[in-house]
Amino acid sequence: MPETISLEVLRYSPETDAEPSFQRYDVPLRKDWVVLDALNYIKDKVDGSLTFRWSCRMGICGSCGMMVNGEPKLTCATFLSNYARDAAPVRVQPLRYFPVIRDLVVEVTDFMTKLQSVKPWLIRGEEKPTSEGEYLQTPDQLDRYKQFSMCINCMLCYAACPVYGLDPVFIGPAAIALAQRYNMDSRDEGAHERMDVLAQHEGIWGCTFVGECTQVCPKHVDPAGAIQQYKLTATIERFKSFLLPRGAK
Amino acid sequence: MDISYHDVLLVGGGGAGLRAAIAVAETNPKLSVAVVSKVYPMRSHTVSAEGGAAGVIKSGDSLDDHAYDTISGGDWLCDQDAVEIFVKEAPEELLRLEHWGCPWSRDPDGHIAVRAFGGMKKMRTWFAADKTGFHLLHTLFQTTLKYKAVTRYDEWFVTKLLVDEGRVQGVVALQLMSGRIQAITAKSVILCTGGCGRVFPFTTNASIKTGDGMALAFQAGAPLKDMEFVQYHPTGLPFTGILITEAARSEGGYLINKDGYRYLQDYNLGTPTDKPVLRNMELGPRDRLSQAFVKEVEKGRTTDTPYGSVVHLDLRHMGEKFINSRLPFVRELCLKYENIDPVKELIPVRPVIHYMMGGVHTDNHGATPLAGLYAAGEVACVSINGANRLGSNSLPELLVFGARAGKAAALSAMEQKPPSEQVVSQARDEKLRLEKQFLHKTGGRERIVTIRSEMHQAMESGAGIYRNQTSLQQAADKLRELRERFWDISLDDHSLTFNTELVAALEQSFMLDVGSAIVESALHRTESRGAHQRTDFPARDDRNFLAHALIFRNPDGSNRIEQSPVVVTRWPPGERVYGVKSEAKEVATT
Repeated sequence: MPETISLEVLRYSPETDAEPSFQRYDVPLRKDWVVLDALNYIKDKVDGSLTFRWSCRMGICGSCGMMVNGEPKLTCATFLSNYARDAAPVRVQPLRYFPVIRDLVVEVTDFMTKLQSVKPWLIRGEEKPTSEGEYLQTPDQLDRYKQFSMCINCMLCYAACPVYGLDPVFIGPAAIALAQRYNMDSRDEGAHERMDVLAQHEGIWGCTFVGECTQVCPKHVDPAGAIQQYKLTATIERFKSFLLPRGAK
Repeated sequence: MDISYHDVLLVGGGGAGLRAAIAVAETNPKLSVAVVSKVYPMRSHTVSAEGGAAGVIKSGDSLDDHAYDTISGGDWLCDQDAVEIFVKEAPEELLRLEHWGCPWSRDPDGHIAVRAFGGMKKMRTWFAADKTGFHLLHTLFQTTLKYKAVTRYDEWFVTKLLVDEGRVQGVVALQLMSGRIQAITAKSVILCTGGCGRVFPFTTNASIKTGDGMALAFQAGAPLKDMEFVQYHPTGLPFTGILITEAARSEGGYLINKDGYRYLQDYNLGTPTDKPVLRNMELGPRDRLSQAFVKEVEKGRTTDTPYGSVVHLDLRHMGEKFINSRLPFVRELCLKYENIDPVKELIPVRPVIHYMMGGVHTDNHGATPLAGLYAAGEVACVSINGANRLGSNSLPELLVFGARAGKAAALSAMEQKPPSEQVVSQARDEKLRLEKQFLHKTGGRERIVTIRSEMHQAMESGAGIYRNQTSLQQAADKLRELRERFWDISLDDHSLTFNTELVAALEQSFMLDVGSAIVESALHRTESRGAHQRTDFPARDDRNFLAHALIFRNPDGSNRIEQSPVVVTRWPPGERVYGVKSEAKEVATT
């Protein structure tokens, strides 16, 4: 293994730069270093102005998603040594399809609005008081939505989604998976309310089932599966609504 | 100077902050709530908690049992009135989380499942696989989204509390995206910023855990309490410091030294059994396990690695299926970050800084002695954790006291006048300070990384698992020197757009304050208790030190320490007994 490795990092400061450009850095190549360690090395030792987000360094906070050699990655879980064989420098860029605030930091507001729009909270017709104990839920019922509850909001799936790339109005994989997380929860009664958001054009119908979102998910959530499931449900519900009054099941 | 107005303001949007926000909204839906957080709330460090949340729910368990485990685990430094409130309200809070959708792991009949945990003599730890904090935080965050009264200030960094007429009236904060510095006023402010593990070099804590709230309160004149009690978790991965949850042991993992020997049996923690036994061996409390590790190093029975000495955690006998269902995150972390498969291989581990028992001094409603200021969660010290927190007590703590602080802050806010004129000029002064000291400053010879590394070194060698007068005094002197040198800091980054180097400088300044509070409190306590072990004073000294230590900042910048009594209700101080003598019972593994 060579002793150093080169990174080409996209730099952009709206106050001084007309457009982004790559800057090259040579950093020590250590077996247990991830891409994020290299970025922190640069920030500490070479250039304190390099700007990126990170926090937990254990793949659960969802802050440090970036494009590494063109692929959306959690940089805390991407070893530098994976790229040691390549002669070319490792290219680190901000997550694709999002507006860039500065360097590797992207604008998240639109994503947050989309998450909120699917009403990602438990909706009940009637609330049971806590004095009556828990809502029962068997392990099988838990398993039905469990994988959709694993999303860490890292947004890699948006950076992988060609539909989102073409049409930023598309509500996107993570938001739909989150809606499905509650829809599939045996304690929830809010599927109809969520249908109003999801059945719009930019909801589930926008997806052409490319499946890239599922492939890049670091937490093995299957947003593509959620979208397909939901298309089916929505079609059935829409058909039923011709025959039955709204709200009947 | 821009200024915005709210009734209640939360600094920090982790578990405690979000629970408090909901409590405010439920107490009075007309109140305006601001959540000011330096990260998007779902990035907060609550997300990393793994093992579970303790709350009495099963028959055969009792509130008194949970209280006794907590108090003895805390080496009798807990306030027992606070502990009684805590154990009583914890189950209801956990049930509320369930009603909000938290995916708790279940028994086959659909009821909540519980698991064993260190220092607990009954199985009472609720869990969501081994991502309990993640699920708890996301459930709270998603639930908060339905409250229209909550305004979020995402990625705003609080630099100062606004205090006038003896009352906290808001904060000055920097918006990262724009560089805007402004006053955000409120009639009550609740600090929910979590702990300060980053004061030390080797920690499970995320990069954001820099003690901001502790330093903000301290600078504003509120005392910090029991800061000498810093918890090492016995099982961190070397190099990264990633936590391997205590659940790995409560589900049946063994700790072994380089000879394959379950060494805890040599340290008054009971005798080895195949199946885990409550309050025995690997299910002893964290302080005692971390101390046993140091003794093993001294005996030369640990394994050397490039990242220091390690022992090993052995899960191999548990089998792939069981590990995948109960400890999936442990396996994922080992595979992804250590390239080790715990199904087939030993996991190298060593003690790692994990949690602050100490924090901002509060009463049982989260109120600090400074009017208008509240604190909840790890940033606060109520104290239910005493000299050593038991695993799975921190998540219910942030719920119980987050809710209490939210309610108290809401009720108080309803009685208050709008902010005084004076705070606007204070905010203006703070903006000038930040520009002069950092943004517009040229020259300066110190780099943040140098100050940080020297602080890390001082804290680790001076105030680690074992301390003494000499080591602590050296650390105190070093921190004083670093404080002087900090004035000469220079930044590469003078930009207003997302200036993370400016944030790092402000955090570094906070950490120097918090570090000095830890070291000076540890110098003051000339006894050994729980996580605070003095080699020069190895015994517990109830006559002089069955008391909290409150550290205050004097106007001249020096610190002073006062003691305040520990509240004892029903459990007089006794010996901490673990192992066979403590009516140990085998864990019923499902």
